[in-house]
Amino acid sequence: MATTLASEAQAFTTIHFSVNGKSVSPAVSPTERLSRVLRESLGLAGTKVGCDAGDCGACTVLLDGEQVCSCLIAAGQVEGCEITTVEGLAERAPIFDRLQNSFLRHGAAQCGICTPGMLVAATALLERDSAPSEEAVKDALAGVLCRCTGYRKIITAVMDAGLNPAIQASPAAGNAVGTRLVRLDGRGKVNGTEIFGADEFPANALSLHVIRSPHDRASFHFGDLQFYVAQHPGIARVLTAKDVPGINCYGVIPRFADQPVFAETEARFRGEAVAAVVGDADVLESMDWSSFPITWDKLPAITTIEAALESDAQRIHSKREQNILVSGRVVRGDVEKALTESAIVVAGEYETGFIEHAYIEPEAGCARRVGDTIEVQACTQSPYMDRDDIAKILGIAPDKVRIIPTAVGGGFGAKLDLSVQPFIALAAWKLNRPVRLIYSRNESILSTTKRHPSRIRMRAGATQEGRLLAVDFAADFNTGAYSSWGPTVAARVPVHASGPYNVPNYRALTRAIHTNLIPAGAFRGFGVPQAAIAQEQLYDDLADRLKIDRLEFRILNALDGTTPTVTGQILGQGTSIRACFEALKPKWQAARAECASYNDRVEGSLRKGVGIAGMWYGCGNTSLPNPSTIRVGLKPDGRIALHQGAVDIGQGSNTIITQICADALHVPIDRFDLLSGDTAISPDCGKTSASRQTFVTGKAAYIAGTSLRTALLALAQTTDPAEITLGDGSFSVKNSDGFHRIELRDLQLDAHGYVLAAEGTFDPPTSPLDENGQGSPYAVFGFGAHMAEVVVDLELGTVKVTKIMAAHDVGRAINPTLVEGQIEGGAAQGLGMALMEEFIPGKGENLHDYLIPTIGDIPVIESILIEDASPIGPYGAKGIGEQAVIPTAPAILNAIHDAIGVRVRRLPATPDRLRAAILAYKDTPRD
Amino acid sequence: MYFRPKTLLEATQTLAGEHAQILSGGTDFFPALGERCVQGAVLDVSGISELKGITREENHLRIGGLTTWSEIVAAPLPRCLDALKLAAREVGGVQIQNRGTIAGNLCNASPAADGVPPLLALNAEVELSSTHGTRFLQLSEFITGNRKTLRRANEILSCVRVPLGLEHAASTFLKLGARRYLVISIAMVAVVLKADAAGHISDARAAVGSCSGKAQRLMELEHDLIGARARAGIGSIAQERHLSPLSPISDVRATADYRLSAALTLLARALDNCAGSC
Repeated sequence: MATTLASEAQAFTTIHFSVNGKSVSPAVSPTERLSRVLRESLGLAGTKVGCDAGDCGACTVLLDGEQVCSCLIAAGQVEGCEITTVEGLAERAPIFDRLQNSFLRHGAAQCGICTPGMLVAATALLERDSAPSEEAVKDALAGVLCRCTGYRKIITAVMDAGLNPAIQASPAAGNAVGTRLVRLDGRGKVNGTEIFGADEFPANALSLHVIRSPHDRASFHFGDLQFYVAQHPGIARVLTAKDVPGINCYGVIPRFADQPVFAETEARFRGEAVAAVVGDADVLESMDWSSFPITWDKLPAITTIEAALESDAQRIHSKREQNILVSGRVVRGDVEKALTESAIVVAGEYETGFIEHAYIEPEAGCARRVGDTIEVQACTQSPYMDRDDIAKILGIAPDKVRIIPTAVGGGFGAKLDLSVQPFIALAAWKLNRPVRLIYSRNESILSTTKRHPSRIRMRAGATQEGRLLAVDFAADFNTGAYSSWGPTVAARVPVHASGPYNVPNYRALTRAIHTNLIPAGAFRGFGVPQAAIAQEQLYDDLADRLKIDRLEFRILNALDGTTPTVTGQILGQGTSIRACFEALKPKWQAARAECASYNDRVEGSLRKGVGIAGMWYGCGNTSLPNPSTIRVGLKPDGRIALHQGAVDIGQGSNTIITQICADALHVPIDRFDLLSGDTAISPDCGKTSASRQTFVTGKAAYIAGTSLRTALLALAQTTDPAEITLGDGSFSVKNSDGFHRIELRDLQLDAHGYVLAAEGTFDPPTSPLDENGQGSPYAVFGFGAHMAEVVVDLELGTVKVTKIMAAHDVGRAINPTLVEGQIEGGAAQGLGMALMEEFIPGKGENLHDYLIPTIGDIPVIESILIEDASPIGPYGAKGIGEQAVIPTAPAILNAIHDAIGVRVRRLPATPDRLRAAILAYKDTPRD
Repeated sequence: MYFRPKTLLEATQTLAGEHAQILSGGTDFFPALGERCVQGAVLDVSGISELKGITREENHLRIGGLTTWSEIVAAPLPRCLDALKLAAREVGGVQIQNRGTIAGNLCNASPAADGVPPLLALNAEVELSSTHGTRFLQLSEFITGNRKTLRRANEILSCVRVPLGLEHAASTFLKLGARRYLVISIAMVAVVLKADAAGHISDARAAVGSCSGKAQRLMELEHDLIGARARAGIGSIAQERHLSPLSPISDVRATADYRLSAALTLLARALDNCAGSC
């Protein structure tokens, strides 16, 4: 058997250079990437690795003062040089001090994974130019990609770095909600100390390499694996399906779980795991994996929805007829009759492809066995779901699994599903050694979930006066080889496909269909962004045919809370979609006039357009329980411990939940100490998805906070109204019956070490949907509308988005800076979806073929926050995470149509597609 | 084995005795590795100071092979190299421009190499050094196809020579991608125009990248431009028939048809843009 060992790898030499002003002399291979030397040999994990190809800039450091990608520098090349990493920027104060504070003040760091690279690039700029222009900032920072912020707050933070305003005072008791509080976990994100999935591991940890299918579908058999291990010193073990002690099957929705840790006889998608090799990191890195003893037999694969639905198609899962994973259905009134009675009926077909989440942090983690317990420290959006699945895989009780969530360098839905966790947990369990795994960018894109490709047919009819009468909607979603969140997409879309409008006659049918492609899962909006692309473009067509202003048409039909939704739900108070549209009206009218005037007088190839789109989105699970539990305790030192189990993936739950709890308890927020979502420490706050954390966990925090307040007052033998003051080892209460002071250090502690503690649990009230999808699927909906302005180049088919206005009804903005951050980041992803993003399996497993917007693509985004309190949410708050992405793409597509009359029904509107559509449009006779 | 010589002589001597991959800025070298660590011998030429910098010789402008894009942007260069400067600003982000070298760009020979069309338009030639001495090749001959060059395994691309004579000609570069910054181009063009005292085009160069296995000069177009009035509107001289040297492919970035149409549009715009100032 052929083996290739590390025989040709470079010998170690000692390299002398300076890092952050200190001389270092690591003994490393001279061709080792500098990024790796910094992180692994010198322990400077503040420098992040996002792609190892110079595409993302997360690893940016200064080399003799100039910004470079440390993943593209050989260790030997820095001999005698001076390197500055994010950890060393503090030496460059005051520039960096001010820049750091500016980042915090403006909310320029969300997840924080790109922040070190951004800060390093910005420092290099500010040292040359202390008051840079916006263009100069863009040029200097263009090499660093960010997926969370939409870049605008980063640009502002750099331009404002010269200012040094007074430090914001911590809000007084009861005043935390509604303030632009700097994120509580922000400091670690701007100084490089935040721990992400790849950043912390024991020195004796083994590495792991996953063997994956090179074909869309293939059977396989292994050669002599024992012999292979014996032949390769440094390899500890090869793991396959046979080594899984529990159930070789997992999935985010237990009823549909179907994905094996390792395929057993047949791989169902290109990139599916079949085995894992565990061993010393340096040995694994120099392996030639083509000699791994496995034989593949490529099998005919189903790669399109059409092929999957053919009557004689092979079933990808034997139990699923016609390759249909699940269907969704919402029906109300009589659609066919209403369409016949409509004055105008319009129809369209729309198609979208796979979209990659493209967070800058590839999945990573480390597992270790501690006696009969397995501990998994990894980036995740859903620690308790991970715990339960790992327990099933290992065949142990859930309480023998501890999930320690790290900071998450972007999630957007894909880190709800397991990635590295089953492999490292199994390996550490079997070998009783810590095992770590960091996905490469290729492996991350190759093997983790995507946004569902969609094929949508839609008809809509209205009266002559412009009242929507009927919508007929049918969508097929390519869910790939395994279920993941396919059932959720199929269930959520028919509830939402009307948009936030009165539609008395409605039929929405969806199917999630298996193919031999990468599993599609959750991505910001669970299919609703795809549906909005159809619905909002079609409503524009309808308004145009009716000769009604497109915004007025939406205002006319907007839900008002008194009439039933398409599922028959009466939403009541907090239904402010109309207010969102009204807020945009003056800008809309001005922009329409400006575009018309420009297009009338222009002679060149540029045309301007403005588009609008509306959105609604239910917060929390669809008609399913999704409780959160918050524990809050008074410690003997007089401080408050908050078990904040809502994983913060950059959106800000660490800050938001604390703001809510602090006001509920009515004490200053700086008295709080946060505990993480570690399953050994904090109760279950559910998954960070479905725009539920502010609403659901926030409400739990409100309940816990008020309960603890009641308990504190009871201990002081008094009641509200009262003023509670937390002191050092004591607290005092002042009210009309006097002053009460309680010493804490002598009091008995509960099992968690608290003098007093309270837990609050909240599960939003919903009702099941009947066979026609009628019921109350969500307790609260968020509403919003985006307006996009574009310039289209007719000759090249390129589109420049010049402005986005976003009006969102968020109930109550607990932290306006963080809400704006969600809106801007969502709009940036929507812009990518409209204009450039499509993952083509086999051709886009990197960040130079798969394009996401750069700092140069995102226009000014103006947020308008509508605060119409929801009766249920904490302080009236609703979710905003997914709401923000939904209306952007259709608003841009409507703006393109406004500019040049061309409808883009196949996304993304890349220059070649748009140019082809322009040419086809020119050739179409019109009246 | 890892070699990091200080002189070109040492470097060529190393290559004479050892088959080694050449490493300079690393911006193509490391991405090509994927997840594997470096295998085989590596000749790191980044420490050879004689390969850096831009100097004016009697008949040429000499651009050292290790000159980075940032250095090209910052250098005072004749107008005919405005196109190269514009291209340099489009090579990745500043991180890549600070490290990527002109020799690396040419030796990597990507059909989408940003540096090639502007140099091709100026009839640049490359100097290849080995222990047998130096030889010069026209850039148009040196790159033979998609990631193929005539560099022999024992040779180092030591400099790029741009013939003098067109220093005062106007030049420009247009790159089209699906996003701003950090983008592999769908199509790009470089144009150089020189007008005589009467305001007629006396020399014209046009090169197109990303639309064939290697960037192409459009000789017929150049010929048709001679004698035309140097003013906006000159772009309309560029016609579809001038694109015959191009053979674009369809890929994830664009269709072949689109590439041709975009190339024509970019050419017209670049010509108009230059005509006003030549």
